[in-house]
Amino acid sequence: MRGPARGRWLVGALCIAAALAVPFVVRSDYLLNFLILVLLAAYLGQAWNVLGGYGGQSSFGHVVFFGTGAYASSILQTRFGVNPWLGLPAAAAAGALVGAAIGFLSFRFGLRGSYFALITLAFAEAFRIVANSVPFTGAGLGILIPLNQSAANFQFRDKPGFYYVALALVLGSLAIAWWLERARFGARLAAVRENEDAAAALGVDAFRCKLAAIALSGGMTAVGGTFYAQYFLYIDPSIAYGVGRSVEILLVAIVGGVGTVFGPLLGALALQAIGELTRAWLDAPPLSLVVYGALLMLIVGFLPNGLIGLTALGRRRRRADA
Amino acid sequence: MLEIAHLSKSFGGLAAVRDVSLTVPEGRIVALIGPNGAGKTTLFAMVAGFEKPDEGSVRAFGADITGLAPHRICAHGVVRTFQITQPFAGLTVRENIMVGAYHRVAARAAAARIADEVAQRLGLAERLDQPADRLTVAARKRLELARALATGPRLLLLDEVMAGLNPTEVAEIVAVVRTIAAEGVGIFLIEHVMQAVVSLSDLTYVLSDGALIAEGPTAAIAADPRVIEAYLGHGAAARLARGAALP
Amino acid sequence: MLELSIALPAVINGVMAGAVYALVALGLTLIYGVLHIINFAHGNLLMIALYAVFFLLTLGGVDPYAALPVMIVGAFAAGYLLYRYVIGTLSHGKDQNVLLVTLGLAIVLENLALWLWTGDTRTIQVPYGYTMIDLDIVFLPVTKVIAFVGSLAICAALWALIALTDLGKAIRAVAKERQGARLVGINVEHIFAVSYGIGIACLGAAACFLLPTYYVSPTTGDAFVIVAFTIVVLGGMGSFIGALVGGLIIGVTESLGGLFLGESLGHIGISLIFILILLFRPTGLFGAAR
Repeated sequence: MRGPARGRWLVGALCIAAALAVPFVVRSDYLLNFLILVLLAAYLGQAWNVLGGYGGQSSFGHVVFFGTGAYASSILQTRFGVNPWLGLPAAAAAGALVGAAIGFLSFRFGLRGSYFALITLAFAEAFRIVANSVPFTGAGLGILIPLNQSAANFQFRDKPGFYYVALALVLGSLAIAWWLERARFGARLAAVRENEDAAAALGVDAFRCKLAAIALSGGMTAVGGTFYAQYFLYIDPSIAYGVGRSVEILLVAIVGGVGTVFGPLLGALALQAIGELTRAWLDAPPLSLVVYGALLMLIVGFLPNGLIGLTALGRRRRRADA
Repeated sequence: MLEIAHLSKSFGGLAAVRDVSLTVPEGRIVALIGPNGAGKTTLFAMVAGFEKPDEGSVRAFGADITGLAPHRICAHGVVRTFQITQPFAGLTVRENIMVGAYHRVAARAAAARIADEVAQRLGLAERLDQPADRLTVAARKRLELARALATGPRLLLLDEVMAGLNPTEVAEIVAVVRTIAAEGVGIFLIEHVMQAVVSLSDLTYVLSDGALIAEGPTAAIAADPRVIEAYLGHGAAARLARGAALP
Repeated sequence: MLELSIALPAVINGVMAGAVYALVALGLTLIYGVLHIINFAHGNLLMIALYAVFFLLTLGGVDPYAALPVMIVGAFAAGYLLYRYVIGTLSHGKDQNVLLVTLGLAIVLENLALWLWTGDTRTIQVPYGYTMIDLDIVFLPVTKVIAFVGSLAICAALWALIALTDLGKAIRAVAKERQGARLVGINVEHIFAVSYGIGIACLGAAACFLLPTYYVSPTTGDAFVIVAFTIVVLGGMGSFIGALVGGLIIGVTESLGGLFLGESLGHIGISLIFILILLFRPTGLFGAAR
């Protein structure tokens, strides 16, 4: 490896080592909880990024995958006694399936841009209504996961366990993003994003690309839903399918920087930090959301590349890769 | 080798292409000319899969490609470029060309190698790392060609690739097209710039009002009275022959 | 099962509600038709308008219907300024950005409302709130009838504005061909802001008609967003008639849906219509093919 590349790998390795060491250094439950939420937000943002950033299809209803994953693993657990660790791949499959279905319908009929954003919103809403009305999902009461703390049961007795799972998820999502930037699929997806017709003329099956992207994004997001369910041990239709979470998810990606590897991580950190600060300062939860909304508007208006555009990482993006 | 048989297409009440049949022999450079609005781009669009013909068929290298999706047609070796260039704006020149290269290889390194090679041949080597949306018009045309070339095509459909270029640039692109053809890639080009048509192709088809009105060696076409009338209006051929001034 | 005595009142109620929905959707479709943007803040702007009517009554003693002129003018001004100095500036004219900017605005509005006025639902009491009109087959609250008639009247007035005035002509020109309009000297930025303002003015009027029969809380906007979008997509983006017809259809669907499937599941009818239209006929019933 040449100089700069080796330097980058070294920094990366150090960061990962530092991240692994955190629970040994940080003892405060409050701080660990904060970090876990940051990691979860970063993971979900990165999942959205696969479709929205790399794929160029902004979904406003991503919570539909989140909720599907949460319900899938929770129902399997509470009704069929399936171990929640097994629920993870089940959730991923469910999310990918829902993604493929929505993608198939939307892309088959050529929906893009605003129309696509709207239809994802509608699907999320439809799922929420069904979850709220159907006994299988516990209707309005939701699902309470019985307390049974053990690592084998995906219910850690204390925070570090969840922290490491969340960290693993984030590292996995970073790997996927990195892969997208280097592999043929990612290049084709980018081409479809930039100009679908030109891509088709060059032999790219745009429909299959987009379908794969939404299935991947959906599967990833669903896994996040399972994590949430295991961490908080309770889900209901508004938690699982509420529109607010869709917005949070896309906010992380957009504020951080769409279509980049580290954008969502930065975005999650910034948003959670702002959330904590406003909560401490102003003691009014809605105000942190006001700040989020204002931030979204300002980022779009003045920093379209997101926060990552401010960093060296962002500026270096355009340079040739070794 | 492209065989178009009785191709027709109407938009609403307007017949854009009417019962056109023509052949592009293997490994030749063939030109399609005609006044604006003659239906040339619509014809290309049908061959490349961007429009579905109302009637007729298209065969490429022995296979029926009528009505297939563009990416499938590309798999048959037929690749088109666009009249108004369509670069992948957010990507670099290299990344643009690699998208084409990925049609024949799966590995990144191999695709990058092909991209570098193609860029070299088309004079884009210095711009490989530039974002595609910052290129000049001439460079964009080269990029359009480069991308298509990277897919390893057997037949290139070039839609007015000379448009917007000054005479020097035209000469450069003509040279490039010649080298591509020399490697055995067939070229079917739509052109308005007669300088390019004359120096590149020895077989020309003329389209006017959706129908084929002349075909044959390029030199003969230029003098064909029907062709002159199509471009310059009814009676123009006779006037020219008499040496009178054009209205 | 489909007893007329039960279904008919539901249909009539649906039609009456539908007229108000149509007014809301009209603003949205106008904004889309002229600016080609999807105003995600539409629902929450309606919510703000409802609060305005609420406070005009509770703090200022102004009857909602009497507040109509004030609301229309005020809402127009607010919409104009919002577009001119916030939305237009921040989105730099790109569609994708406008989507996100209006989304951000929606978030800001909803949570400001939540912070300022808490999550409590507010309703108002008006002296005629319980007056009914007896039509034999059904009892109609006079507030709903006023809402119905008033909404249709405003729609008609809006139609007259667009079709008969010079301003309307300019708006139609900009909607059809932005560059061309610029070239003939129309101040396109101004027209954009005016159109947005008119769209919000519709909300101001709708709020006056809606509050006596409904309620307001910070989340009211969310409920209206899907309804408004469904109507606009069903009727056809940018189509006047479409918004009217769509509004009535949705009003009746919601009413009958609630009747047959219950309050909760009834709303799924609207989401389903939305999805189906987007898939099979995205241009809507009356929309122009894009």
